[in-house]
Amino acid sequence: MTTEPTVRVEDKLFFNRYLVDSGRPHIKVRPHTSPSMNLLSLLKACPAKCYELNDKGQVDVTPDGCLECGTCRIIGEASGEIEWSYPRGGYGVLFKFG
Amino acid sequence: MIHERFDAIVVGAGMAGNAAALTLAKRGLKVIQLERGEYSGSKNVQGAILYADMLEKLIPDFREDAPLERHLVEQRFWMMDDRSHTGLHYRSDDFNEERPNRYTIIRAQFDKWFSSKVREAGAVVLCETTVTELAQDAYGRVIGVKTDRYGGEIHADVVVLAEGVNGLLGSRAGLRTTPPADKVALAVKEMHFLPRETIEARFNLSGDEGTVIEAVGTISRGMTGMGFIYANKECVSLGIGCLVSDFQKSGETPYGLLEAFKRHPSVAPLIAGAEVKEYSAHLIPEGGYKAIPQLYGEGWVVVGDAAALNNAIHREGSNLAMTSGRIAAEAIFQIKSRRDPMTAENLALYKKMLDDSFVIKDLKKYKDMPQLLHIQSQNFFLTYPQLVSKAMQNFVRVDGTPKVEKERTTLRSFVKARSWTGLFGDAFRLARAWR
Repeated sequence: MTTEPTVRVEDKLFFNRYLVDSGRPHIKVRPHTSPSMNLLSLLKACPAKCYELNDKGQVDVTPDGCLECGTCRIIGEASGEIEWSYPRGGYGVLFKFG
Repeated sequence: MIHERFDAIVVGAGMAGNAAALTLAKRGLKVIQLERGEYSGSKNVQGAILYADMLEKLIPDFREDAPLERHLVEQRFWMMDDRSHTGLHYRSDDFNEERPNRYTIIRAQFDKWFSSKVREAGAVVLCETTVTELAQDAYGRVIGVKTDRYGGEIHADVVVLAEGVNGLLGSRAGLRTTPPADKVALAVKEMHFLPRETIEARFNLSGDEGTVIEAVGTISRGMTGMGFIYANKECVSLGIGCLVSDFQKSGETPYGLLEAFKRHPSVAPLIAGAEVKEYSAHLIPEGGYKAIPQLYGEGWVVVGDAAALNNAIHREGSNLAMTSGRIAAEAIFQIKSRRDPMTAENLALYKKMLDDSFVIKDLKKYKDMPQLLHIQSQNFFLTYPQLVSKAMQNFVRVDGTPKVEKERTTLRSFVKARSWTGLFGDAFRLARAWR
């Protein structure tokens, strides 16, 4: 494609229903000083854009809008960089259509 | 701790889990099914196409009350470049039959219905319960599960792992490894709502007829991937998926691809003016036959996506899930009937029965396809679609160029892009992998 359309993921996530388990994120990033290639790839590969760089250049996760697809688990679990669990029963994204 | 003891625990209420729980309960076994969602279906994502034959084996009269969308009378394959598509359409009135073969469905609604059948058959279905790990005895035999409910350990003779593509229980217990990034695809999807008549007019349908469009080409930007457009009654499911490893390498975003696919001149008019009501994402096992893990062990079996049972070439997953769930349940019932213990030795019956079914036979047939398409993604998903598009345009555009010259230009463009060796090699490799 010649022009990259501007996409705001936030607008897409706004369609969905969530029950956020406040204070109990189901995904954690292992503390690091500089991020690996795998962690950096999550900034773009996560379909809910849950991963962002903080002001120290480290990768942070905010899984409130998580679609529970498991892409970051595939990319970062084996190396221990990502700790991935399912949300507690009943919490997380609630698909109406799926 | 739930002190009641069960014959079987089924983890997960997707296609595989529901098929297993239903079959076990119908056979009179005492079953408990655990689902982390608010209801069965609320965490499940698929395109989605339902294959009637596999569901008929479980619920023969499902057409009476299942929430079906449209029965498919047409299949369209599109090979796309940035501004065009070359299509192969198959449409037949034969599909307007009394018992149609394929339907579009909306998974959250369908699974809720499926789950009601599981309950009617006598299984206990416990929702909003996440299973956190397998309970094992001192010898490593699986004796039940631990859940996130207070004191939530449950024991049973056998655990059916229908935990989906992110099978945490299996990987945490070392029963199988997490699939690598080049063996799983990430698909994103949106639900576009339009009036019924608009959908029927735009897709050339009447009544409950339905159609499916599956598209490959520059929409995946050289990655191994595919776009899809499914017509439901009052909405259109539209999505695109590519290998996770390709997303990593390319730095493309899934939502960027989805947005570009929606804006493609062949796609945009189909969804113009629609109201989007949901955005979802899901992983699809793409490793094929060679990626199937150990399917049974001491006190456990694994079914569906958790067992990577997915036919990427025919885009069949849910029917393999349903069938593996049903077969696992039948094997368990046979063992139980003989009053034998649920040992690995006895549960090997599940694998034997699955090997004899279409599930493993089909996956075996295409065992070399994933590797071919994954390694050659640039050729199959970018170069060829562009060449085909140019060739088609050259063929149909009338501009005074002599036809002989036009044909020569087309042939030259193929040879230039792939060389004779490349062209013959690709044809040979494709034929061999398809065989």
